[in-house]
Amino acid sequence: MDLQELSKLLKTQLAHLLVSIPESKDLVLDADLTKPLDRVAGISFLKEHGVDKIFKLEAGQKALPGCGQRVYLVHPKMTTMKYIADHIKTERGKGERRAYKIVFVPRRLHICEKILESEGVMGYVTLDEFPLELFPLDTDLLSLETPDFFKSFYLENDTTYLHTVASSLVNLQRLFGKIPNVYTIGKGAKMTYELMQSMFEAHVDRKESKFHVGQLFIVDRDVDLISPMCSAMTYEALLDETFGIECCMINFDSSVTGDNKDTKLLLTSQDEIYSQIRDRHFAHVFSYLSAKAKDLQAIYSKKNNLKTVGDMKEYVANELRVLKHQQKLLATHIGACEVIMKTKNKSDFESFIRTEHSLLEGTDTKENLNYIEECLQKQFSPTLTLRLMCLLSLTQEGLSARDYKNLTTQFLHSHGFEHLVTFLSLKRLGLLTVQEVGGVGNRAGPSLGKKSNYRMLNRRLALVPKQGEETDLKTPTDMSYIFSGAYTPISCKLIEQILTRDTLVGLEEVGRLCGGLFSDIKQKKQPASGRSGAPTDPVMKVALVYFLGGCTYSEISALRFISRQLGVRIIVATTAIVSSQSLLGDIMEKSGR
Amino acid sequence: MATADWNPLGEVYYRKCELYTMEWSGLVDLAKHTVAASSYGGPIALMKDDSKTARVTTTIKPVISVYNAAGKLLSQMRWNSGTVVTMGWSATEELLCVQEDGVVLVYDMFLTFKKTFSMGQEAKDVKILDAKIFASFQGTGIAVMTTSFRIFLISNVDSPRIVRLAEVPGLNEAPNCWTIVVSDRQARALVAKGGELYLVDQGGQFQQQQAELSENAGDITELAVSFNNKYLALCTKNGALWIGSADLQKKYCEFNTSSPMKPQQLVWCGNGAVVALWDKLILVVGPDKDWIKYNMDCSVHLLQEEDGLRIIGNDTHEFLQKVPAVTEQIFKIGSMEPGAMLYEASKEFQKRNQKADEYIRMIKDKLEVAVNQCIQAAGQEVEPGKQRTLLRAASFGKCFLTDYRPELFVNMCQMLRVLNQVRHHSVGIPLTYTQLEHLSMPVLIDRLVLRKLFGLSVRICQYLKIPDAEGRSRILAHWACFKVQQKHEDEEKLARAISQKLLDVPGVSFSEIASQALEHGRKQLAVKLLDYEPRASEQVPLLLKMGQDQTALTKAIDSGDTDLVYTVLLHLRDKMASAGDFFMMIRTMPIACSLYIQYCRQQNLKLVEDLYYQEDNSLEEGNCKVIRSYTLEHLEERAKLLEDAMNCFHRCKNEFAAKQTEEQVRLLRHQRRLEDDTGNSYADLSLQQTLRKLIGDGNHGHVEKLRKEFKVPDKRFWMLKISALAEVGDWSELEKLSKTKKPPVTLEVFVDACMKQYNRTEAVRYVSRVQPEQRVKCLVKVGQFREAAEAAIENKSEEDFDYVLSRLGLADRQVAETVRGMRGQLMARR
Repeated sequence: MDLQELSKLLKTQLAHLLVSIPESKDLVLDADLTKPLDRVAGISFLKEHGVDKIFKLEAGQKALPGCGQRVYLVHPKMTTMKYIADHIKTERGKGERRAYKIVFVPRRLHICEKILESEGVMGYVTLDEFPLELFPLDTDLLSLETPDFFKSFYLENDTTYLHTVASSLVNLQRLFGKIPNVYTIGKGAKMTYELMQSMFEAHVDRKESKFHVGQLFIVDRDVDLISPMCSAMTYEALLDETFGIECCMINFDSSVTGDNKDTKLLLTSQDEIYSQIRDRHFAHVFSYLSAKAKDLQAIYSKKNNLKTVGDMKEYVANELRVLKHQQKLLATHIGACEVIMKTKNKSDFESFIRTEHSLLEGTDTKENLNYIEECLQKQFSPTLTLRLMCLLSLTQEGLSARDYKNLTTQFLHSHGFEHLVTFLSLKRLGLLTVQEVGGVGNRAGPSLGKKSNYRMLNRRLALVPKQGEETDLKTPTDMSYIFSGAYTPISCKLIEQILTRDTLVGLEEVGRLCGGLFSDIKQKKQPASGRSGAPTDPVMKVALVYFLGGCTYSEISALRFISRQLGVRIIVATTAIVSSQSLLGDIMEKSGR
Repeated sequence: MATADWNPLGEVYYRKCELYTMEWSGLVDLAKHTVAASSYGGPIALMKDDSKTARVTTTIKPVISVYNAAGKLLSQMRWNSGTVVTMGWSATEELLCVQEDGVVLVYDMFLTFKKTFSMGQEAKDVKILDAKIFASFQGTGIAVMTTSFRIFLISNVDSPRIVRLAEVPGLNEAPNCWTIVVSDRQARALVAKGGELYLVDQGGQFQQQQAELSENAGDITELAVSFNNKYLALCTKNGALWIGSADLQKKYCEFNTSSPMKPQQLVWCGNGAVVALWDKLILVVGPDKDWIKYNMDCSVHLLQEEDGLRIIGNDTHEFLQKVPAVTEQIFKIGSMEPGAMLYEASKEFQKRNQKADEYIRMIKDKLEVAVNQCIQAAGQEVEPGKQRTLLRAASFGKCFLTDYRPELFVNMCQMLRVLNQVRHHSVGIPLTYTQLEHLSMPVLIDRLVLRKLFGLSVRICQYLKIPDAEGRSRILAHWACFKVQQKHEDEEKLARAISQKLLDVPGVSFSEIASQALEHGRKQLAVKLLDYEPRASEQVPLLLKMGQDQTALTKAIDSGDTDLVYTVLLHLRDKMASAGDFFMMIRTMPIACSLYIQYCRQQNLKLVEDLYYQEDNSLEEGNCKVIRSYTLEHLEERAKLLEDAMNCFHRCKNEFAAKQTEEQVRLLRHQRRLEDDTGNSYADLSLQQTLRKLIGDGNHGHVEKLRKEFKVPDKRFWMLKISALAEVGDWSELEKLSKTKKPPVTLEVFVDACMKQYNRTEAVRYVSRVQPEQRVKCLVKVGQFREAAEAAIENKSEEDFDYVLSRLGLADRQVAETVRGMRGQLMARR
């Protein structure tokens, strides 16, 4: 199963769309579509298909210059429609005549048409859709690039994206065959599964094709809210935290490169050095890099031993070029490491991590509280502080009313009153809750938010390795290495359990605690009894893990670890790659909107 | 004899064979009717023309009847509209009736009215003289000639667009005859004015054309264009029959019929001969002046086909065609063609005669040609018996061939089976193989569906293994659509019958059937049928159309497609009288509710507030107010709104939020006053930031006031003050602060604050006063590594020393070396 086929398909569809408008046209993009489009097609591809200029759609733009044909490639959002309507009205007001086409990604929504109608521009536009749903970021990574899924579904109960996810799954299975075994973890996952089934029913083609993926896991983000609150420790996750990775592309500024130029780098498994270090614990990245540097040096010095002109020619033509390239990459990664270290040293990283770990272990609650207060006093960035507060609440299964009041008051005083709304949202999401005082229920109806079941789950699944067992961070034997041995992501742990057991039997209690486990198994693995070593279908050893509401780079690393351990190919699909920063940033109320 | 009914016409032969004995025999006299028949074996429409018989003009409206080609009555109705000038059929077998006033009425073959359109205002005003219905390159066209001798034309009845043709110069009386010629994707009219011909086109151009006629031929009285629009035949007043090319450039012959009478019909038989009809006499004239004469028993109607001519009579329906070349090759007496030999061989073989072997030997090398000829000839026969003998011959010949590809034979067998089925008089489509090739199988199946022969068409599809999506599913959907129109059937039963038949058929759209039912006013049935529709996106809009709002909403929610939910919600909102009613309706559905709130949130925040107010959800209401307060310009307005919010929080007993809001209101009012006093803006600043700014501005009086009022904890306040002072570089104030008695923070904070501003000198001043246990750390912070190491040694703390070592990376080399060298001292001390 080659994910590139998906890319090819998307490319053809895009080409069709572009060619359907003859001659040259301008393209106007939603800001968050530029990167995905770049990954799928690239500028030169667009130019080849007659795209003249490319604009970014921004709030407050009243009009745009350009030629007589314009294509908008946008998500179907109400505000976007209003911007476009603004453009059209202003431009027509100025007497400019243009053919407008709005291409909706991934599909057109009736509500958008309604808005175009009420704005009175429906007559000037033609509508189309471009089903850009999941697209490959790497050989084992698919993304829907919808970062607002988390907020929209878990906070606002908007199920629109569930439909998108289900449809992306249906389309994926059209290409790669229907996946026989499905497991869902969490409520939203179950809903998605049901939606997917009904979509299969509604579609005509029932021909059963050969399938390339044996198992599908759909996982709700709210099953495990702890992982995204933990400090990233793997190289990839830290790169994202420090520089920000978008669609596997990273931009290093002069602090990394050392000269005045910025460097853009594609971070995929194609980069040999990167694929070696991306999942490593940060403590052991530098050692690898320096070893690699020595290797390169050795190859370099080979040139002194070259005898003949022919050898020399060969060396210059091939090895030297590769060497130069690798050297540059190496230098960049080393530079990046330095910047990460510097950033970490600047803040009080050690105490922070220590607090985080003891929170996860559930020890030293008093000290932890003090540290959080200190963070507030020292005016750490609000996300950082909020992260610890959330961790405290998640691991303690809610704050005591006194602590809650104290901490939030300080937080509001420090970072602004608008966060009153933030705290309400966090409460509803179950990220930051108050322990219910026995008996005195809230009169205003059902209590908001969900309770975390951290302690029970921890006990059942042994998420925090036992004290005293030192985790080997260099050649890890347990996936908790991704958080320096402090914690194992619940969803990854569950997937590991299910993959080894091949059944949900025995996980009922855990299922109840994490919002529901469900399985639909169409194809049993060959019975373990009888002839031993009966080869299981290799396709059954391919699993797709779909995260609703995003997953972190740390979790991806953990899954890659499981994949190596169990010899199962795991493909990760996600609505977006998130970090504590992006997740909390989305939820935090901004003043002066 | 196979050639018994062949008549020679020059080099070729023509044959006339009977297709049907008409079922209308004895009931219908064609002489009393206007006849319109549809090509490709289509139906026949008759309009009883009383003017032909009645001596006095009656006002009784005529009756229109439609028969199939075998004379079986399909439907009948009394015409109750204007005077019909011309009747004809479209390519999709719709009956087109062109009225005197230029209005065209379209019916299906069961005389169900479908639509109407007009041929334009002028036609309506001045009335029309005549109309022609013709096959255009887009479908079926209609041309009308008005009483003012102008011609208007449409090329496609499905999308009528009226075009006026150029005028014939000097035409001031009705032309003797006119016709439409289609060439180069354009329809032009050929108009005969006396002995002259004019070709007028859509671009306003006319062209005078000259047929090469003998001198005394007289005026042109009749024109006929061949089926392929390439040839033209015309008659003159003095009985001359001219045959030539349609552009009149070529003349094939001029035949003198010596009849002074204008023929009733002048048509082409295929593209090879012209046929003129005078009452009961049919004259076939070939391009080389050869002719055949047929005498009929009664008056007949002639209909041009692609490969022949249908002769519709009172008792029989006959087909006149040129004997196809391949048939001639096989059956012509004395033919030595391989096909003929094979046919003979097969016949002998049936008789168990050894001659068979001889014949086969004779054509050994050309056996493949022979087989192909026999197969093709079978296709040209109407009688199944003849088909069978020819196919048997082909099959026999095939045995002697080793690697003959069987497709040709199999295909022919299949086609003939289908053809024989549709030719059966109960169906009545007398198609020839050539016509079927041109018409194509999907169209034939469509025509069967049009005739409501669903069973037959499904069987044909299954026999030909046509994919369900194009074949069976589609037909069954048509069947269901037809079924729902049958008003007499019980709805419950009907819904069950339809669902039973269609449920396991993939690709049938129940919504389409339901909308069909709705169109015929059967709402209950439509609702029942819609229930079977698995695609909510099809189901929901129709439910809305039927006014089933609640069901639509439930279905939309169940589908999980929020777009559908929005569709329903917005529809309902626009429909409902008051917003309150609307909200009452959706409030029981949480998904609908939250979606609508999302919608409002993006449209208008105030609306959301109202919704929550109605819902009695004070917490959310307060929340919205808080969010909205930030959109307001003036601080006082904000404070007012927040006071409202506070009341909401009080109402839902959220004292914490209420208190916070109250504090914020107070802060806002302070900020406003400060703004008035100082002229600086304090908007959007938190308490902390306000304090910081005030400290920076040196406004310590206000700082104290705020600090007290908001009960800022000592420690935090100190930290804030220290860093604020350091930030603005107020070092003296900072130092003063550090000397206060019993500070709640350690001096390390001062060091940190100074270092944060990169002021090492200031920082060092505090280091000396730091408590001994923190000194090492602070010395490291200000970069005095050696001193730090020394202090560590003094403290005899290995831990501290290690700490210094771990931070050495930031020190310069020399110092680092020194410090490393000091480890020995530590050991020594211990």
